[in-house]
Amino acid sequence: MSSANSLLSTPPYGLNKRDKAALYRLALSRLTQKHYQNCTEYRDIVDGLGFDPTVKAPAEALPFLPVRLFKDFSLKSVPDKDILKTMTSSGTTGQQVSKIYLDKTTASLQTKVLSKIVANLIGPKRLPMLVIDSRATIKNRSHFSARGAGIIGFSMFGRDVTFALDANMALDINAVENFCAKHKGQDVFIFGFTSIIYQHFITPLQESGKRLSLDKATLLHGGGWKKLEDIAVDNAHYKRLLEDVAAIDKVHNYYGMVEQTGSIFPECEFGHLHASIFSDVIIRDTALKTAPHGTKGLVQLVSLLPESYPGHSLLSEDMGVILGEDDCQCGRAGKYFQIFGRAKQAEVRGCSDTYVAK
Amino acid sequence: MSNLEKYSQAFIDAFEIEDTGTVSKLEYNSIDEWDSIGHMGLIAELEDAFDIAMETDDIIEFSSFEKGKELMAKYGVTV
Repeated sequence: MSSANSLLSTPPYGLNKRDKAALYRLALSRLTQKHYQNCTEYRDIVDGLGFDPTVKAPAEALPFLPVRLFKDFSLKSVPDKDILKTMTSSGTTGQQVSKIYLDKTTASLQTKVLSKIVANLIGPKRLPMLVIDSRATIKNRSHFSARGAGIIGFSMFGRDVTFALDANMALDINAVENFCAKHKGQDVFIFGFTSIIYQHFITPLQESGKRLSLDKATLLHGGGWKKLEDIAVDNAHYKRLLEDVAAIDKVHNYYGMVEQTGSIFPECEFGHLHASIFSDVIIRDTALKTAPHGTKGLVQLVSLLPESYPGHSLLSEDMGVILGEDDCQCGRAGKYFQIFGRAKQAEVRGCSDTYVAK
Repeated sequence: MSNLEKYSQAFIDAFEIEDTGTVSKLEYNSIDEWDSIGHMGLIAELEDAFDIAMETDDIIEFSSFEKGKELMAKYGVTV
C-alpha cells in the first residue's frame, strides 16, 4: 500500500521535521525502487547518476528529474492497460505539453489528498461554490487540460456549483448576483485561476463599479503569477483588489503543478505557502546543491503521490525560498516558503498563464 | 417510486443510460459517461432525489452502484 494512503488519517500538517524525515526516507525509497523497476527511462537516469535505488536516502539526496522531461518523454511505471487518464499541461500552440499518466491508485490518491488539504482551509463540509471560469472549460471530456481538471477536482468540495463566466469568458453578473443572494450570510467557496480571476472577475467588476458582498467567502486560486507580474500585480495588491470589488477577505493562493496534482501547497492566513505531510520542498542553488533556509534558489518538489509515473522528486523551473520549518505563526507543521516565479529563460507555463484571452 | 427505483433512476438520468438492465453493474470509469464530470452529475442527482447533502469523503468513496447503496445508508436512505 502507498505511504500516502496510510497518511490519510493523519492531520495534513501534523508531522514535524524529524518524523517527516524518517517517514520520507522509507516512502521515497519505495517509490524510487518502484519507478526504477518499471520505467526504463527513469532507470537509465538513475543509473547514469550512479545512484543506488536500494539506499534509503533522505529526500535531499534523491535524484530529481527536471519537469520538462515530461514533455519530451512518455514517462510511466505501469502497463498501458492500467492507465486511467492522461493529464496534460495546457500549453498554447507551439509549446509542448507535459503528459502525466495516471493509474487508478494515483488518481484516487490525488483526489483524497486534495480533499484533506482543502478541508484544512474551508472545513470538512461542502460549501456553495462559485467557479470563476466558464463551464465550457470542462465540456470537452476527451481532452482534459490542467485547467479543466483543476476545476473538476475542486468542484468536489462544493455544492450548488455556479460558473461566474459565460462561454465567451465574459462575467455573467446575473449568475454571480443570484449566487450571492441565494447564499447570503453563508460560508461559500470560490475557486479559480489567478490570472483568469484578475482578468475576468476583478477587472470587469472594477469597470462596472459594482461591489459584491462575498464577505463570508474563502477564495482559493492558483496557476501562476507570470501574467500578473508583467502588469505589476503582486499577491498583496491582488488581495486588496478582491476585498475592494467583492469584499472577499479570505484569499489563499496555492502553488502546485500538474506533474504533482493533488499535493498542492496552499497559502496560510499569514501569507506563507505550506508543504503538507504529502509533499515537501527543497531549494537548490546554482550548483544544484541544497540551499539553507532563507536562501533563494530553484525549487525541487517531492510528493508521495506519484505511483504510476516517476514524478515523486522533480526540479521545477521556479525560484523560491524556504522561510522556516515547523514554526509558522499559523501553527501548521512542515516547511513554509515563498515563490518568486519562473527562473530566467524558463519556458512560460502554468495552467492559467498559458490561457490566452481573445 | 421505491428508494431502489429512485436510486437507479439517478444513474439512468446522470449517464443517459438506455439499457437500464445494466445499471446495477456500473462502476466508476466502467463507462465513458461515469468519469469525474459524470460523477459530480450523479451526486447532484442523488442529492436532489433524496434531499441529502453528501460529505466529500463519501463522494470520493462512491466507486460503484453497489458501494453507493452502502453509503446512502449513512444519510438515512435504505436502498
